[in-house]
Amino acid sequence: MARVVVDVMLKPEILDPQGQAVANALPRLGVTDVSSVRIGRRIEIDFTGEPDLDRAREIADKLLANPVIEDFEIRVESAAAEVA
Amino acid sequence: MRIGVVTFPGSLDDGDAARAARIAGAEAVRLWHGDPDLHGVDAVVLPGGFSYGDYLRCGAIARFAPVMESIIDAARGGLPVLGICNGFQVLCEAHLLPGALTRNQHLHFRNRDQWLKVEATNTAWTNGFTPGQEILIPVKNGEGCFVADTKTLDALEAEGRVIARYINGNPNGSQRDIAGITNEAGNVVGIMPHPEHAVEALTGPSLDGLGFFTSVLRSLATDGQLAGGQQ
Repeated sequence: MARVVVDVMLKPEILDPQGQAVANALPRLGVTDVSSVRIGRRIEIDFTGEPDLDRAREIADKLLANPVIEDFEIRVESAAAEVA
Repeated sequence: MRIGVVTFPGSLDDGDAARAARIAGAEAVRLWHGDPDLHGVDAVVLPGGFSYGDYLRCGAIARFAPVMESIIDAARGGLPVLGICNGFQVLCEAHLLPGALTRNQHLHFRNRDQWLKVEATNTAWTNGFTPGQEILIPVKNGEGCFVADTKTLDALEAEGRVIARYINGNPNGSQRDIAGITNEAGNVVGIMPHPEHAVEALTGPSLDGLGFFTSVLRSLATDGQLAGGQQ
């Protein structure tokens, strides 16, 4: 299967209250050496044929990420990585 | 005059928006997300709710509904469009309005009656108010925190495109207390609180919300730009 992975993250300057809430919970786990947590989204797109990075980029740009508040990265996932 | 109200899968406030349009004196026309035909309406309301379950991002999927393709074209041609709550999110996702609406800063869903100060009154949906008028309408959102880059925020303020700001407390952390904005032409307005829930003494905290609906009727009558609907 031809899988493209898209990682969507809030831009660094956009406040991430969910990440902050998680960071604030960490001391309850005894974790005190974390300065920041930010939460993003991983999207896996399976193409029927060859992985098409240009198509994936278009999908990410138009729908998966909102360029006003988010950045994205795309990559083709290798078959070996899929097993892991 | 005919005001169209769109129903997406997951819309909640389409019934109240249609009712508000009728109370203001318009004919309410229900529009379906899957039907690109606008049925000759003179204005459109995108109601609140959770279109497509708010999946991906609020409004992100609704923006690609067949009815939205027609609304985006018509809005660029001057059709008055009001987006309330989820409708505001859809308008931002459709790039008809700048900025974006993100998770409330405090992470809590906020549902309360909210005071606003009206600013821009030269839009299709706010011309019945006076600048500086204070109005009370319900706010109810989990992702109503308006954000944009500094340049965009400065431009919105310099061009007088903030239509209302939160006063007596900002319910969601919106930058510069912005509750609603308009596009350059003044025909497209997005507002996070719900004017359609403040049109009757029995169910609302005031009748202040009616002003949005009577404004658009006045603007349509003044402009004589009826799209073909019956008066």
